[in-house]
Amino acid sequence: MEKTKIEVGTDYMDFVSKFHQTIRNENIMLVYEGEITQTIAKAFSSMTEQGFDDETDSSRTQKRVYHVMIECLQNVAKHADDEITGEPEIPGRGIFMISNNENEYTVTTGNIVANDKITIIKEMLDKFNALDPDEIKAEYKRMIKESRLSEKAGAGLGFIDIVKKTGNNIEYYFDEINDKTSFFIQKSVVNRD
Amino acid sequence: METINVEATDETPRVILDSDSNQFEFSGKSLPEDVTTFYNPILDWLEAYGLEPNEKSNFVFKMDYFNTASSKLILDILMKLEEINDEHDGVIVEWYFREDDEDMEEAGEEYSDIVEVPFKQIAY
Repeated sequence: MEKTKIEVGTDYMDFVSKFHQTIRNENIMLVYEGEITQTIAKAFSSMTEQGFDDETDSSRTQKRVYHVMIECLQNVAKHADDEITGEPEIPGRGIFMISNNENEYTVTTGNIVANDKITIIKEMLDKFNALDPDEIKAEYKRMIKESRLSEKAGAGLGFIDIVKKTGNNIEYYFDEINDKTSFFIQKSVVNRD
Repeated sequence: METINVEATDETPRVILDSDSNQFEFSGKSLPEDVTTFYNPILDWLEAYGLEPNEKSNFVFKMDYFNTASSKLILDILMKLEEINDEHDGVIVEWYFREDDEDMEEAGEEYSDIVEVPFKQIAY
């Protein structure tokens, strides 16, 4: 009896200890899994805003990280789908992570998307990732003029805006869950000045 | 004409649209979940103002931050101002940005390329 208790405890404690180590080693400033509401998006962004080291990060870097966080979080809030049905889930649920090293901040989100959305997301990201900064600016201007707000009140400008502001590609990955849905991971990088 | 005078919140800007005192200003942050609910009354106000605008009106934008959905609505506002200026002249946009905020400066440049309305970029 006592032995079992220790084993269960050890596994769990071991997990917590390793989890903590991983978070420390990867310099993860914040990790969250759950519903992503507007309130949570604002809270995380202002937490990070206050957590900046003003000595090492320029206000430009700080504002860009803030900006990318808001876009990523609002993306999940508006566009995450239900794992089983593939129908929109409101509020959206997902994982959110922000980490840093001496050169950059990394903002990562993961959420469920319906498989029938994958092609359009891929096409958009591949297109923006392939453009140089001048082309991105031109495309952004074209898109903001032509964009119409969706019923979810998104302007469809989140991805291109991140690429334009950060000057970096958005890395992505789709992990198929079932025939209706996949787990979509999106990683944005903000360089530290 | 009715005045719009809204205090800033942590997700919406301060907005003053007052034709009597000839004061027109947007300042602060804009990242509401539902941009249309916030901005539609403003667009309606501008539509009405355009029927009988003041001889001169300076529209001040002094934003710290706005998300992409808000950037679309800000363009809608600027396009309304372009319309008013086309018909009546006298509209000037003053786009303020912090000296070290090159992204906000660039946003102003982009807007001034898209809309045809007198557009002043002012660092502070």
